[in-house]
Amino acid sequence: MKAPVSWIREYVDLPAEVTTEALAARLTALGLKLEAIESPRDTITGPLVVGRVLTRDPEPQKNGKTINWCTVDVGDANGTGEPQGIVCGAHNFDVDDLVVCVLPGGVLPGNFAISARKTYGHVSSGMICSAAELGLSGEADGIIVLPADAGRPGDDAFAVLGLDDEVIEFEINPDRAYALSLRGVAREAALAFADDGATFTDPARRATPAANADGYPVVLDDPEGCALFVARVVSGFDPSATTPGFIARRITQAGMRPISLAVDVTNYVMLEIGRPIHAYDADKLTGPIRVRRAAAGERLTTLDGTDRALDTGDLVVTDDSGIIGLGGVMGGEPTEISATTTRVLVESAHWDATSMFRTGKRHKISSEAGKRNERGVDPVVCEAAADRVVELLTTYGGGVAEPGVTVVGSVPTAAAITAPLDLPARISGMPISAEATIGALEAVGCTVTRAGDDLTAIPPTWRPDLNDPYDLVEEVARIVGYDQVPSVLPTPGAGRGLTRGQRLRRRIGRTLAGAGCVEVISFPFVGTAALDQLGLPPDDPRRRAVRLANPLSTEEPFYTTTLLPGLLRTTARNLGRGAPGVALFETGSVAFPGDRGQAPIYGVDRRPSDDELAQLMDAVPDQPLHLAVVLAGERERAGWWGAGRDAAWSDALGVVRRLAAELGVEIDVRSAALAPWHPGRCAQVTVAETGALLGHAGELHPKACQAFGVPPRSAAVEIDLDVLLAAAREVVPGPEFSTFPQAKEDVALLVDADVTVAQLEDALRDGAGELLESIRLFDVYTGEQVGAGRKSLAFALRFRAPDRTLTEQETGAARDAAVAAAVERCGAAQR
Amino acid sequence: MSGPNTDYDPVEVTPLKSEEVESARDAALAAIADAADLETLKQVRIDHTGDRSPLALANREIGALPPQARKEAGQRIGKARGAVNQALAARTSVLEAEHEERMLVEETVDVTLPTDRTPPGARHPITTGSELIADIFVAMGWEVAEGPVIEAEWLNFDALNLGPDHPARTMQDTFWTDPQDNGIVLRTHTSPVQARTMLTRTPPIYVVCPGRVFRTDEYDATHSPVFHQVEGLAIDEGISMAHLKGTLDHFATSMFGEGITTRFRPSYFPFTEPSAEVDLVCFVCRGATVVDGTDGPVTCRTCRGEGWIEWGGCGVVNPRVLRACGVDSERYSGFAFGMGIDRTLMFRHGLEDLRDLFEGDVRFTTAFGTEI
Repeated sequence: MKAPVSWIREYVDLPAEVTTEALAARLTALGLKLEAIESPRDTITGPLVVGRVLTRDPEPQKNGKTINWCTVDVGDANGTGEPQGIVCGAHNFDVDDLVVCVLPGGVLPGNFAISARKTYGHVSSGMICSAAELGLSGEADGIIVLPADAGRPGDDAFAVLGLDDEVIEFEINPDRAYALSLRGVAREAALAFADDGATFTDPARRATPAANADGYPVVLDDPEGCALFVARVVSGFDPSATTPGFIARRITQAGMRPISLAVDVTNYVMLEIGRPIHAYDADKLTGPIRVRRAAAGERLTTLDGTDRALDTGDLVVTDDSGIIGLGGVMGGEPTEISATTTRVLVESAHWDATSMFRTGKRHKISSEAGKRNERGVDPVVCEAAADRVVELLTTYGGGVAEPGVTVVGSVPTAAAITAPLDLPARISGMPISAEATIGALEAVGCTVTRAGDDLTAIPPTWRPDLNDPYDLVEEVARIVGYDQVPSVLPTPGAGRGLTRGQRLRRRIGRTLAGAGCVEVISFPFVGTAALDQLGLPPDDPRRRAVRLANPLSTEEPFYTTTLLPGLLRTTARNLGRGAPGVALFETGSVAFPGDRGQAPIYGVDRRPSDDELAQLMDAVPDQPLHLAVVLAGERERAGWWGAGRDAAWSDALGVVRRLAAELGVEIDVRSAALAPWHPGRCAQVTVAETGALLGHAGELHPKACQAFGVPPRSAAVEIDLDVLLAAAREVVPGPEFSTFPQAKEDVALLVDADVTVAQLEDALRDGAGELLESIRLFDVYTGEQVGAGRKSLAFALRFRAPDRTLTEQETGAARDAAVAAAVERCGAAQR
Repeated sequence: MSGPNTDYDPVEVTPLKSEEVESARDAALAAIADAADLETLKQVRIDHTGDRSPLALANREIGALPPQARKEAGQRIGKARGAVNQALAARTSVLEAEHEERMLVEETVDVTLPTDRTPPGARHPITTGSELIADIFVAMGWEVAEGPVIEAEWLNFDALNLGPDHPARTMQDTFWTDPQDNGIVLRTHTSPVQARTMLTRTPPIYVVCPGRVFRTDEYDATHSPVFHQVEGLAIDEGISMAHLKGTLDHFATSMFGEGITTRFRPSYFPFTEPSAEVDLVCFVCRGATVVDGTDGPVTCRTCRGEGWIEWGGCGVVNPRVLRACGVDSERYSGFAFGMGIDRTLMFRHGLEDLRDLFEGDVRFTTAFGTEI
């Protein structure tokens, strides 16, 4: 809402010294938020004057354009009193028109400095201005032609154009629709300066002629949709009459565009009083006006030229010819005011806000009228607004008001709200007396009565948003002032701190960062292309994703089932920007459709039952928390210490093992084949105790690396964090360990190449028995010495007894038993 | 042993003669003093204190003396050997010190050599920022509540007094899952977590809900379709806007420093009544609207000269929300607030472009380390 300060002041006697900034600040404190203050003087410097066109000679140019060589009387503004020669490219003016001229030395918005310059064979000493050039509107339909009474040549055009007047743009919240009018803004300004004695004069308070039977016939078929319809007719209207300067100026200041007197007047009154008005060419109406809901299949071409299929929820205005308008939203073409209209029917009707919202949304119509009607307009001002339109049309359009006055329907009175008298004080936390509470409510227009410890307030007609006791609290609080709310810390009881899961998740993040991984956050959207790049087979469960109805990009219509595509893209981006290697991780939820039906929409007048809630929450898709890691390129740098090392499959497993150790979870690792991993270098990781699948780690498939543009041999992990967290050890049992000396035995075993380290290690461990303290592989050898298809694995066995120093015989026997088990179970031979 | 004791004289054994002993001692002391390094000193030790050294040999001869002469000779030899050993020890310690000093000099390294064999890791500032916020509230006795990001429409809208006709419930604002009538959306705020908390717990409730939210915004320097919010909810007996103000003031001060408090402006949100926008004292100009420039005061860029920064929305929980979530609105009242985590971090850290948070450039994230 853009409100010219001069217009606000017309309805509230603010002290003269109140600055625009101060006014805006106080209104912001009341809830009309300052968006911007527009001051044309900030961007235009003079001389900007009124001129009268003396001559206008069209001169066709070689480039096909025609320019006008003009002489303009600018009075004494040019210092000589001689006519000013100006070249003008616009054509929407004639000799004798009053125009706006900027003379050499002036500066227009955009730091556009004006000087006398030679162009098209003339010296053009200035410029005749359009509204766009002055920053008054976005578009230029030629130059500004001022009303004949706008001023005399040489007059300062700032005043004439209203450029001295600052305009405050407010952001109006949906509950303050009344402030979408000067009436509402001025009312708030009076509240803001009440202590300075400011009083409000209601522009809608005017004597209106009583309804009579001679008015244009109107029938309301749907009183819920249209409760009140006021119609007035002006005849003998001069369609060529121009809009007076103050109306054109104020409409422009408010951000609308002057069109014609009849249209401008309806817009002016809408801005002034807040009631959208529609004007019909009365001579094009046939038979009574009827308001009803549209029938299925009906259509209407609205005055924006769009042919619309109507919905049975749309309110339509009809006459005998059929539908003539989308009630409260937009009129139809056939009955529109035109350049030949001499008889104007003024409609001022009260429309159901919800219907207005739905129709606007359905037909994607966003208009100044719709914006007000869908938020709720003061129903009581219909007659006053119509009368004001009639007054302005007859004053400036030369017509007469026909005596017939149509008022059909009535508006319901607002329901009273009863609330404890101390509710505003209690809920706002401010010490507000009963008297101050009632005073504040009366100040915003409520009629308040007091009964014991309760108050009853009847909201004013312009406040359809006031319905609940808490609505009254906000009114009282803002009048007393939100800045008066004291600052008091609440005192909750002892809290339980972070949950175990929350603490462990932090620990996982720190562990990964400590391992040199950098956390990233990606958008969780994915498309089929990325799943193809991963090489997922057609029946892979990760291809069954939650689909969005309105995705950001049709290429990525799914909520992702895997964090890897986002991480791989980020990896490629970092490498592309010159990083020699990256290790990235991300934790985030993925989603799998539960296919458990629709989530119901319950009412809100009570809590849903436990069963209903269970059904609701069950319908929500499964969203496990995943962790993914990608390691690509250089993992350890080359340097003065020696060679660097690229990331490999083992780094991926190292990350998983480190996390598992951090959380005290024992895991099992075995080889598996799953996209996007290399089928020979992929590990499936499970929780040892339960066998629950944790996820996978290893080297990525060469095709996947290629598809995502990451180096060959890049490695990746994706695990289900919910599973890991569930397996985390709750209480670590105190470890027991011996301080007797350790006995060391190393063994090298020859086995077939397909025997795994884990198998051999298990056999050695089982064979060695209880004296074995630890076992660790320290060397792998393949080559000529061991023969093709064979490998040598060297283990360090460490023995220790809890109660004594082991003898060589004991240690040797344990080692031999270990080797024997390896021989038996894995076909090993000791080297 | 010396050669055959041909001129055996129990009283006058040559090696035990006073002058012989003194000469051997002096020779030893001279050799010790002359030893320039530990290696030479080692040889000196062998030569002068070893089994075949003059003093050792002389010592053996003591047994040959008549008992009455042994004492004196023993004393003489012992004294000489003591002097030699003492000198040896002293010289050893001097030479060892010299040796160590030299070694330390020789082993000097260039400590400016790089040590970045493994590049550093880091956690994302949104993660650590969320934790910082959570910790501020946990320290006050609050708890951290979480919920799914793909959420039931009823919990995201209806339960929060955003009725069927609320403008947010359109394809222009909200991501809907397919088919659109299945009642499942990507949550547009973390408020459904508040609804879930009220629906499943009994007051008093003090929870803070950080998390990821979605709106169909354009992706630019200040908007993102995916962003992060933190919301707070307190439900208790006697809760008022004053408690809201106190909580937010404490939050602001903890996050931005002493003196950084908040102000309320009336606003509108369906889930709160009264509602307020909460502004933060600009922590750069501290409300002064100007900062020192090279040529005098210049308008503060962070708050664009307003002295205040828009931080979020808040208010008293609308009793309609309490009713839908099963909280007795006669007995309990509550407050709620919400702000963007991304936005909060943007002005706390002076970030110019929101997209830096989601691009994943390791240079950006690494700058924040593992805590903020």
